Amino acid sequence: MARSTSNDAQALFHSLRSAYSATPTSLKIIDLYVVFAVLTAAIQVVYVAIVGSFPFNSFLSGVLSCIGTAVLAVCLRIQVNKENKEFKDLPPERAFADFVLCNLVLHLVIMNFLG
Amino acid sequence: MAASETSSETTLRHAFGNVLSFFILLLIGVLAFSIRLFSVIKYESVIHEFDPYFNYRVTQFLTKNGIYDFWNWFDDRTWYPLGRVIGGTVYPGLTLTAGTIWWILNSLNIPLSVETVCVFTAPVFSALASWATYLLTKEVKGAGAGLTAAVLLAMVPSYISRSVAGSYDNEAVAIFALIFTFYLYIKTLNTGSLFYATLNAIAYFYMVCSWGGYTFIINLIPMHVLLCIVTGRYSSRLYIAYAPLVVLGTLLASLVPVVGFNAVMTSEHFASFLVFIIIHVVALVYYIKGVLSPRMFKVAVTLVLSVGLVVCFAAIAVLVALVASSPTKGWSGRSLSLLDPTYASKYIPIIASVSEHQPPTWPSYFMDINVLAFLVPAGIIACFSPLSDASSFVILYIVTSVYFSGVMVRLMLVLAPAACILSGIALSEAFEVFTRSIKFQLPGASINSQVSAGDNISDSTMAHNDMAKTDKSEDTLKERPSRKNRRKEKEPVEQPSIRSRIEKRLLVLPLEASILAILLLVFLGAFYVVHCVWAAAEAYSAPSIVLTSQSHDGLHVFDDFREAYAWLSHNTEVDDKVASWWDYGYQTTAMANRTVIVDNNTWNNTHIATVGTAMSSPEKAAWEIFNSLDVKYVLVVFGGLVGYPSDDINKFLWMVRIGGGVFPHIKEPDYLRDGQYRIDSEATPTMLNCLMYKLSYYRFVDTDGKAFDRVRRTEIGKKYFKLTHFEEVFTTHHWMVRIYKLKPQKNRIRGKIKKSKSKSSSTSTKRSGARKKNPWH
Repeated sequence: MARSTSNDAQALFHSLRSAYSATPTSLKIIDLYVVFAVLTAAIQVVYVAIVGSFPFNSFLSGVLSCIGTAVLAVCLRIQVNKENKEFKDLPPERAFADFVLCNLVLHLVIMNFLG
Repeated sequence: MAASETSSETTLRHAFGNVLSFFILLLIGVLAFSIRLFSVIKYESVIHEFDPYFNYRVTQFLTKNGIYDFWNWFDDRTWYPLGRVIGGTVYPGLTLTAGTIWWILNSLNIPLSVETVCVFTAPVFSALASWATYLLTKEVKGAGAGLTAAVLLAMVPSYISRSVAGSYDNEAVAIFALIFTFYLYIKTLNTGSLFYATLNAIAYFYMVCSWGGYTFIINLIPMHVLLCIVTGRYSSRLYIAYAPLVVLGTLLASLVPVVGFNAVMTSEHFASFLVFIIIHVVALVYYIKGVLSPRMFKVAVTLVLSVGLVVCFAAIAVLVALVASSPTKGWSGRSLSLLDPTYASKYIPIIASVSEHQPPTWPSYFMDINVLAFLVPAGIIACFSPLSDASSFVILYIVTSVYFSGVMVRLMLVLAPAACILSGIALSEAFEVFTRSIKFQLPGASINSQVSAGDNISDSTMAHNDMAKTDKSEDTLKERPSRKNRRKEKEPVEQPSIRSRIEKRLLVLPLEASILAILLLVFLGAFYVVHCVWAAAEAYSAPSIVLTSQSHDGLHVFDDFREAYAWLSHNTEVDDKVASWWDYGYQTTAMANRTVIVDNNTWNNTHIATVGTAMSSPEKAAWEIFNSLDVKYVLVVFGGLVGYPSDDINKFLWMVRIGGGVFPHIKEPDYLRDGQYRIDSEATPTMLNCLMYKLSYYRFVDTDGKAFDRVRRTEIGKKYFKLTHFEEVFTTHHWMVRIYKLKPQKNRIRGKIKKSKSKSSSTSTKRSGARKKNPWH
C-alpha cells in the first residue's frame, strides 16, 4: 500500500515534470519570477517573526508588494499563454502594457505606504 | 446585395441607437439633478440636518488651510476637553471631492462659495451615479436594460432622501463610488482585462475614502467569487478580476488613515483573504488538471487531499483561536449590530438610539422603492435566463442588500441601486417580449424585412444547430452577454439565439394583449414618476434646520435653530463651552462656532453618558458636572410650545439610559411612573426635579397660563419653580431653543448673598471654591 503510494507519487512527479517542461520558455521565465517574489515574501515573514513587526506599515507594504507582483505576473501569464482560448484575441503587447500599468499603480501605493 | 443593404441598415441603426442613448443619458442626468432641487426652491440653498454641517465645516477648513493642515488637523473645539483628531477619524472622500471641485472652479475664475459647492455636490454625483448604473446594467443585460435602470435610479426616493441638494453627507458620493466599483468589477469579469482590474482597485480606493460602507464591497465580491467557484464557473477571468483587487485594494484601504491597519486586522476583511487563498488553490488545481492526464490527476488528488487537509485544519485552528480570543471576535460594534440585529440594543445603546438605525417598517419599503418592490422578483427571474457571472453577481447583491436593509432603515440606500438594476432588467425584458409580439403580428412592410432577417438568423442557427446542441451552455454563456435591446438584427450568437429563436416562437403573445400590456407598463412607470416627484418634493426636501407649517393664516417659518446659533456666536466669548445633547454638536460648532462637549460623532460613550447624567440629575449635581467640564452655557431644544416632536424631552429617556449605562446611580425606573414616561402631575419626583425638565419648562406657564405641552398633550406637573444654579439667557421666538448660563459660584453659602461681591474676611469654611466636590464619588 505504501509502496504503491510512493510509486504513484513518483509517477505523478514524473508526469508533472514532463508536462511542465513542454511549456514555452517565456512562460517559464514568468513562473520563475513568481516563485522568486513569493520566496521574497516568505523571507520577509520569517524576518518579522524573528525581529518583531514594528513598523507594521513597512512590513505590510513589503509583503504585499511581493505578493502583488506575483499575482500580476500570474495574470500576465494567463493572458499571454497561447493555450488559453479566452484570450486569443488579446495581443501580448497589450497584456504586457496592462501588466506594467498595474505594477506602476501598485508600486506607487507601496512607495507611499512604506514610510 | 441584400446583405450589404441590411449591413448598411444595421450600421445606420447602430449609429442612430448610439446617438439616441447618448441623448437619453444626458436627459437622465439632468433629471437626476433637477429632481433634487426642491429644497433649494422651497426653502433656500442651505445645508440640511446635522452630519452635513460637520462635513461643511471640515470642507471650509480644507479650502482655507490647504491639504496638509487638513490631514494633520487636531480639532480642539469639540469633545472638550478631549478634542478630536479629524485627520485620522474622518472619511476624507467627500470633503476632498468638494474641495477639489471648489478649487478647480475658483482657479477657472468661477467664484462659487464653498457652501454652494457643498450644497450641490450631491445632485451632481447622483447624475453620475445614474450613468454608472447604466454602465453596470449594460454589462449585465444590455443597453436597453441599462437605460431603464438609469432612469429608475435617477428618481428612486430612497436615494433622493440622502442626496437632495443640501444633504452634504458621505452617501452622496459613496453610492456613486459603489456602483462604479461594481461596474468595473463586472467589466473586468466579462473582459478579463488587467486594465479594468487596475481601475477597479482605484475605484475601490475612492469608495474606501468615502464611506464606512465599503466593507459591503469587500465582503460581497469575495462572496460572489466563492459562488462562482462553487457553481463551477471558475475561469481565468475570475482570477484576474479578483486577485489584483484584493492585493491592491488592501494596500489602498490601509492608506486611508481612518481605516489604517484595520484593513488587515479586523474580521470585516478576513473574508477577502480567505477567498484569496481559496481562489489560488482552485487556480492551481485547474492548472494541474489541464496539464496532467486524468489518471495521474486522480493520484494527485488523493495525495494532496490527505496531506493538505491536515495542514488546512491546523491553519484554521490557529486562525479560529486568534479570532476567538478577542471579545467581539474581531468585528467592530457597528458590523456586529448589522449581523445580529439585537446586538446594539443589548450592548451599545448609542447605536440603538439613532433613529436611522431602527429596522424599517413595511410601508417604508413601498415609500422608498415604490414600484420596484414588485419588479425586483421579475428581474431576478430574468437574470436566471441565461445565468452569467454578471447576473449571478446582481442576484447576490440584491439578496444581501435586502437582508441588510431589513436590519437598518439607513441601509435601504444600498438596496436602491440593486432594486433599480433588477427592475430595469425586468422592464426591458418585458418590453422586449411585448414589442416583439407586436412586431411579428403587425400587418405590412415590416413583416418582409423581419422575415428576411428571421431567415438569416434561422439559416445560420440551423447550421450551428447540431454543434450547439451537443455542448452545453457553459462556454457560450460565459461570453460577454452584449445583447443590445434595440430594433435591429441580432448577430447570430450560438446557443442563446437558438433558444431565443425557439423562445420567439413561443413567446409571441396576442397583439391586443401585448398592446394592453405595454400601456399598463407605461402607466406603471407614470405612477412611479408621480410618486417619486411627490416624495422628493414633500417628504425628503425638508432641511430640518428650518421648519415650516401651513396654517389658516399662511405659511409659518420656524427658523429658531439658526436664531439660537447666531445669538451664541454674537453674544458669547469665542472660548466659551456649550453643552447640549450630542445631536446638536455639529451644528453648534459649524454655525455658532463655539466649543462643544459632545457631538454627533459619538465616539466616546462615557463622555456622552456624563452629559446625559448631568441632564438627568437635579440642578446642583448637574451644575457640578458641567462646572467640572468648564461649561458656560447649556442648550436645550424644547418643542412644547409649537408642537415640534423631536425635542429633548422626547429624547430624554435615551439620555437616562445612556447615562445609566455608565453611572449606575441613574436608574431608568426612577423616571417612569408605572412604566410610563410622563411629565404631568403624575410624574415621579426624580423626573420633576431633573435638569432637563427644569430647563425645558422654566417659565413655560407664562405663555398660556396653563402650561399645556403641545407635544405631550398634557399640562406639565411642576409649573412654578425657580432655577437656582442656572439663569436663562436666551429663548428663541417659538421657544424651540433655550440657552442657559451657569451661575457663577457663590462667594458665601449662608447669609445674604445679593448685596456685596466684596470678599469678606469671614468666608465660610464651606466655601468650595478651591475644593470642588467630585460628583463621581
